[in-house]
Amino acid sequence: MSESETNKEPHITVKDLTMAYGSFVVQHDLNFEVNRSDIFIIMGGSGCGKSTLMRHMVGLKSPAKGQVLYEDVNFWEAGPEQRDLIMKNIGILYQSGALWSSMTLAENIALPLAEYTDLTPGQIREIASLKLALVGLAGFEDYYPSEISGGMCKRAGLARALALDPDILFFDEPSAGLDPISASLLDDLILELRESLGSTIVVVTHELASIFAIGNNSVFLDANKKTMTATGDPKKLLEETKDPELRKFLTRGKG
Amino acid sequence: MEAEIKNTSESCELSFDRPAGDTLLVRLKGSWTIEQKLPSDEEVGRQVEADPAIKQIAFDAGGLSGWDSGLLSFLTKIINQCSAKNISVNQEGLPEGIRKLVQLAFAVPERKGARKEALRESLLSRIGASSIAAGQSSLDTFNFIGEASVVFLKFLVGKAHYQRSDLILTIQQCGVQALPIVSLISVLVGLILAFVGAVQLMMFGAQIFVANLVGIAMVRVMGAVMVGIIMAGRTGAAFAAQIGTMQVNEEIDALQTLGISPMEFLVLPRMLALILMMPLLCVYADLMGVLGGLIVGVGMLDLNITQYLDQTRAALNLSSFFIGLFQAEVFGVLVALAGCLRGMQCGRSASSVGDAATSAVVTSIVCIILATALITVVTNVLGI
Ligand SMILES: Nc1ncnc2c1ncn2[C@@H]1O[C@H](COP(=O)(O)OP(=O)(O)O)[C@@H](O)[C@H]1O
Ligand SMILES: [Mg+2]
Repeated sequence: MSESETNKEPHITVKDLTMAYGSFVVQHDLNFEVNRSDIFIIMGGSGCGKSTLMRHMVGLKSPAKGQVLYEDVNFWEAGPEQRDLIMKNIGILYQSGALWSSMTLAENIALPLAEYTDLTPGQIREIASLKLALVGLAGFEDYYPSEISGGMCKRAGLARALALDPDILFFDEPSAGLDPISASLLDDLILELRESLGSTIVVVTHELASIFAIGNNSVFLDANKKTMTATGDPKKLLEETKDPELRKFLTRGKG
Repeated sequence: MEAEIKNTSESCELSFDRPAGDTLLVRLKGSWTIEQKLPSDEEVGRQVEADPAIKQIAFDAGGLSGWDSGLLSFLTKIINQCSAKNISVNQEGLPEGIRKLVQLAFAVPERKGARKEALRESLLSRIGASSIAAGQSSLDTFNFIGEASVVFLKFLVGKAHYQRSDLILTIQQCGVQALPIVSLISVLVGLILAFVGAVQLMMFGAQIFVANLVGIAMVRVMGAVMVGIIMAGRTGAAFAAQIGTMQVNEEIDALQTLGISPMEFLVLPRMLALILMMPLLCVYADLMGVLGGLIVGVGMLDLNITQYLDQTRAALNLSSFFIGLFQAEVFGVLVALAGCLRGMQCGRSASSVGDAATSAVVTSIVCIILATALITVVTNVLGI
């Protein structure tokens, strides 16, 4: 992951995906590609299935129909070892942080390192401190999640997602519940990480400011039609779209 | 001067060069990832110490084939070392990406006073602190009991706010749904008592008195105690976990800010449910215990059913029965209070919910045993 080149090779491909809880279909026939080093936005109104799509992409929920491909590997048909390998290469920031509440921030970050690397406890501690410094939380190693603010929890969650230097990062509503300044700082941080690490980043959000500030590719899920109605650069979508739903979404109902 | 340190692992190398008198050039080669055994930053420190003329460190990453946090960690340590020794670090030779990350890592300075110091306290101050904590906790307990009594009085005069549906649901959970486990345990306790008694009584040919033994033991103490312990494990723990989780999710705060007292809304229905159900469960447990004794009496001691039941009825009097009921009532209040108190005291993490449930069970069982002892002594002294 040393050099980041913005070539258009697909990193994650979603093919004919239908997602359902039991017989309740959330979205059907999704087709899109996430390219390497993209900041890819999954957008749509509340309850349209954004988090559900993310859960399908990271391997937490199996599709009712269709495929999720990582490069050329079909995730849901791969063997357990291959799946583990893919999942190890994914870092996830959950909607509510999902930090383990009985561990300090440093221990939260240390857990994946201790599980998957041969580092000594001293080295793990150093890397945990480093990751916290990267997200602006230097010195907060020994705090418990309940002792820091919501914005700091999000940042610590991000530090944990970065623990294993993943190639792909998923963020579920990173700026929800943050003040505008913290939210835009977090957006900057996401951009910085893409620039320096060259990771592929998938962001679930409905914050217009973030969508236009960071996204260079996207998919729009329509809650009424229960399928995607557009994919591509959100700025271009805003200029070109004729779909009234998407136009309403991208202009806050004003256009 | 040229020094080279080759690492055991073939794919990551650190070497040094001196292009100018005051500059140390650090050459990074190969793959610097955390899977490798990376060289320590001490190597650089040693180079710097060996020659005081060095005023600047530069990097050559031409041979670098890959990197991750391992290299980043190495670099931040070198930078920290150098800034302590007033040596400048020239990062131009490093790849673009890692330069940005280094910048990011030093972008937000450590907040002063954020780091927690590990304090070593003296034995005396630790004893002091824990006695203060114990005092505070018993104060909290009394406070809670006081509030619970006030809420109960409010209920008696019909002024308490709670949801009737919540009360009925709780009654179902700690009444009907507890019947299977209460049946099982009580029958078995009846069986055990009968077995133990029968072995002794058969020596005198007095098998029939097994009925007295089982009847009195179950009705006077064991029925209530067994139900109390079952409810402590089943319902007390559930109360603590429920209320504790609500505490973690700030649901209790949400009630309070709406002006709804959690004591009335959460604690009262649970207390009422146990107060109503415990005596009924106790009567049921008494019957089941007698049934257990009957099984042994009929199956093993060749007594007939009417004979056994007559003997049981003759052995029991109303005062034993009421003492049993009274105990069950007391245990119900204790279990409800312990469960709700530990839930309300719960901290804000998953593990503190576990602690709350554990401590609710421990507290209620200890209280139940203490109360049993107390009641037994008092009834003895009073001669009932
Ligand atoms: N565990 C679940 N079981 C059944 N339905 C669910 C579950 N989780 C979410 N849903 C439904 O799926 C839809 C999409 O949910 P979600 O993906 O969380 O939406 P979003 O993240 O876009 O707000 C919603 O209608 C929701 O009711
Ligand atoms: Mg969601």
